[in-house]
Amino acid sequence: MAASSTLHTASVSDLLAWLDQGKCTSEEAVSDLLAAIRRRDGTLQGYLDVNEEDALAQAKAADAARAKGDSRRLLGVPVAVKDVLNVKGQPCGCGSRILEGYVAPYDATAIARLRAEGAVFVGRTNMDEFAMGSTTENSAYHPTRNPWNLDCVPGGSSGGSAAVVAADEALAALGSDTGGSIRQPASFCGCVGLKPSYGRISRYGLTAFASSLDQIGPMTKTVRDAALLLQVMAGHDPSDSSSLDAAVPDYLAALKSDLSGVKLGLPREYFVGGVDADVEARVQEAIGVCRKLGAKVVNVSLPHTRYAIGVYYIIATAEASANLARFDGVRYGRRAAGAGDPIELYKRTREEGFGAEVKRRIILGTYVLSSGYHDAYYLRAQKVRTLIRGDFDAAFEQCDAILTPVAPMPAYRIGEKSADPLQMYLGDVFTVPVNLAGLCGMSVPCGFTSGRLPVGLQIMGPALGEEAVLRAGYAYEQATDWRSARPPLPGQS
Amino acid sequence: MSKFLTTIGLEVHVQLKTRSKMFCGCSTEFGAAPNTQICPVCLGYPGTLPVMNGAAVRLTVLSGLMLGCRISPYSKFDRKNYFYPDMPKNYQISQYDKPLCLGGSVEIELEGRAKKIGLTRIHLEEDVGKNLHFAHWSGVDFNRAGVPLMEIVSEPDLESAEEAFAYLQALRQILTYAGVSDCNMEEGNLRCDVNVSIRPEGQARLGTKAEIKNLNTFKGVFNALQFEIPRQVELIRTGGRVAQETRRWDADLGQTFSMRTKEEAHDYRYFPEPDLMPVALPEATVAAWAAALPELPRQRRERFSREYGLPEYDAKVLSAEKGVGDYFEKAVRNSRNPKAVSNWVMTDVLRILSERNLDIARFPIEAEALAELVELAESKAINSNTAREVFGILMQEGGTPGAIVAARGLAQVSDAGQVERIVDQAIAENAKSADDYRNGKSVALKFLVGQVMRLSQGKANPQMAGELLERKLKRG
Amino acid sequence: MTETKPAAQPAIDVRYVANLARLDLSDAEVNEFQSQLASIVEYFDQIRGLDVESVEPTAHAAVIQNVFREDVIRPSLSRDEALANAPEHRTELFCVPKIME
Repeated sequence: MAASSTLHTASVSDLLAWLDQGKCTSEEAVSDLLAAIRRRDGTLQGYLDVNEEDALAQAKAADAARAKGDSRRLLGVPVAVKDVLNVKGQPCGCGSRILEGYVAPYDATAIARLRAEGAVFVGRTNMDEFAMGSTTENSAYHPTRNPWNLDCVPGGSSGGSAAVVAADEALAALGSDTGGSIRQPASFCGCVGLKPSYGRISRYGLTAFASSLDQIGPMTKTVRDAALLLQVMAGHDPSDSSSLDAAVPDYLAALKSDLSGVKLGLPREYFVGGVDADVEARVQEAIGVCRKLGAKVVNVSLPHTRYAIGVYYIIATAEASANLARFDGVRYGRRAAGAGDPIELYKRTREEGFGAEVKRRIILGTYVLSSGYHDAYYLRAQKVRTLIRGDFDAAFEQCDAILTPVAPMPAYRIGEKSADPLQMYLGDVFTVPVNLAGLCGMSVPCGFTSGRLPVGLQIMGPALGEEAVLRAGYAYEQATDWRSARPPLPGQS
Repeated sequence: MSKFLTTIGLEVHVQLKTRSKMFCGCSTEFGAAPNTQICPVCLGYPGTLPVMNGAAVRLTVLSGLMLGCRISPYSKFDRKNYFYPDMPKNYQISQYDKPLCLGGSVEIELEGRAKKIGLTRIHLEEDVGKNLHFAHWSGVDFNRAGVPLMEIVSEPDLESAEEAFAYLQALRQILTYAGVSDCNMEEGNLRCDVNVSIRPEGQARLGTKAEIKNLNTFKGVFNALQFEIPRQVELIRTGGRVAQETRRWDADLGQTFSMRTKEEAHDYRYFPEPDLMPVALPEATVAAWAAALPELPRQRRERFSREYGLPEYDAKVLSAEKGVGDYFEKAVRNSRNPKAVSNWVMTDVLRILSERNLDIARFPIEAEALAELVELAESKAINSNTAREVFGILMQEGGTPGAIVAARGLAQVSDAGQVERIVDQAIAENAKSADDYRNGKSVALKFLVGQVMRLSQGKANPQMAGELLERKLKRG
Repeated sequence: MTETKPAAQPAIDVRYVANLARLDLSDAEVNEFQSQLASIVEYFDQIRGLDVESVEPTAHAAVIQNVFREDVIRPSLSRDEALANAPEHRTELFCVPKIME
């Protein structure tokens, strides 16, 4: 086992084993982690807030409980939480100024489930404001830097969570994914990021961006860790009418080291060029590894792929425009001063409290729902969405999981795409279809570009097909060793 | 002068009688201190989600069944987007294109004529909070936000203020019978918006309609229409135009006023509520509910006649309001004389309710107590004057009839010996009247009976007194 | 529901839409958004070429129906807890500037 000064580099599974064997305490692990955060986060700025005292207290309590025979599944394991989730007694800001002052009076169901299994919550990670963005540059506070190249973005909107996991400033983190916000930052930062099927994890307590697309998911160092966290969080929740009333299988049992009998599909529309050469190369190599592991690779077609971005941005912004209407300075959060009537109160509060990207999307969403445009945009987009789902239904008849790149490019420079929103949206081309169709999808590291930037392999599965996705990801991960590459950070041990 | 025809449509919002709110477990009880029946869901906190109250759906379907509606096999919820301080989410979860119930009708009766008023639809939505206004600020109480609200939209079949009033009464009757709501406008259980237009007789096209809001009582609806219809007529007659606008009824001034608003025509941007799943009730479920409908007013009227042998008139009066019928039945359970109970309820009880503008739910005399009183009177334990007296005491002070009679010694004196003594006394003290009677003035008997009653502090059995007087005076 | 306007309108009326959404944009923002949103909406127009006549819209990612809860009272937030988050409250109410009705 590693010395206590390297506990922060452990995976969740490693730590659990060591805790179980008495080789270290949770207090030691959390202390070491907090020290790593102190060393690095000044540079990376992945965290918005770290609860040092509280985390140590939770860790100590976990150790005491363990000594008494408590064997809960995540006892004493530190987890970082994206600022979009309600954690009782903690601020929940969604990376925005408009929620300044708001303290969550309740736990999100996913948080409650982790808490019930003994997890320790370490702090809030940075994000694009209200999960709108692909670089975490839209945070109202500060950008987060990619641990592999400090001039580059970590991806978004769960950029903070991805960066802290990749930089060993967290053993695991929670993110949220509406159009790729877990998978894309995971690929940009070189960690594992899983978006479960829609409805697999309860959305209760997840500040809504797009209600029919949002999901919470784990961002971890290994596939096994992702399976572990999914296991704890998944399952029906009576507080979320969209949560699936389906049994939760044993996800860990799905992890096998080979892929014999597994059929993997390659959608031709995702391999037509326009993808960075290194990204393309790493993904092709990964496909080769899967073949060697016994998988059969087949070509499939997803003909409506080119409409996905348009459909996504119509539906997501429409739902978001309604979901964000509640931020008006009346019941919580920040309020503008000096308004003479309620309308003025709303306008000023929202003008001051929201950033540019959020305003753009609210306007877009309001527009596509407005009288005269509703049918042409919103209604039509929902119909094309049906077609996109149909594509996947057909494709999954021929394969168990689908492999694609996560993003057409690796992490780019901070500031590079912030001037042209549409260009940034186009980067979501491979991830949004998964949300539109309610499928599950995971990003696993599959190598680096020549510029030493991580590349992610996306594994998509049908709704409730997490087992196939986890299996493929685990086998691939075990057959390669991308995890042993660490970002070149100061204070590395 | 040309004659004008009136077209009225009513949108009635009814708070459903559920224990908890539409989308969360907060209590719906009326009268709680402000902001004490709230939670993250009905306050629109970030991350919260609505979960449908099954009872609210059932009560809405029940209402639809009792109003003759078609129950939609597939129904869904939508977001109605607009900003207002009493809106926790700045969208209201409502139903737009696929409501729970379609069609239906309400029968009203005016001056002996029956008329069928069509319904367009019934849908389910959540209520909003309450705004309170002060000198320099407004405050919001969110207790009411999220209470289940059923909206009943009538076809524009109503043609007068009287019809509108009758419609509201009929609707209230059916909904209280259904147990769906208390329909108490004072408590805010029932709110009404009115759409009214006029057109010259002979014109097919409807005139421009005005909407009247802020109507808090059935009478208010009536009065507002009594004002508004002539206002529109006068406007047209003098060459003006009725504006399509929202008007506010001012009960104190007895007028409607244009709501001068910065109100642009609302673009509600309806879209399907992604957080709620559609409702597709199995036919068997709806059929089971239809088979188990609560008793309708007409059915109760017939049953009262049949079961209690009551005349048609009594049955009609007692079944007009569910609460009164319930009271009657409760009383009758403890009585051998339904007709007597009916008389008391129809005259004394209803009179007081009307005089004091009281709801039967607040009537101070318990049904069992009334039954006991009736029993005492029918068995002649007390006479009818005493009975009235005891009734008054029950109203003022409460208690039970038997105890009151005993405590105050009000029992009717029917002991022949006692009564005879008082009769003798009355005759002795009123010799002239006694003579008058002997000489054929029969009205003097009444006077003498009265004297017997006075001397006995009202307790003598008046029939017995009368008989004894007759006997004695004829002998004399 | 609502009528479909014939061809794509030349520009979004950003001020009008912002007002619907209760956003008070500066002139600079209106100008910036005007062109950005125009190109995005033009991109959206791609989907107008598709034949979706006989296609049902997807309002929900998974096909679930009849999700109800029992009509039982659950513990609420205490008033103090709720008002603790209120930017402004007076006595027992959430405070807003005077509403003119």
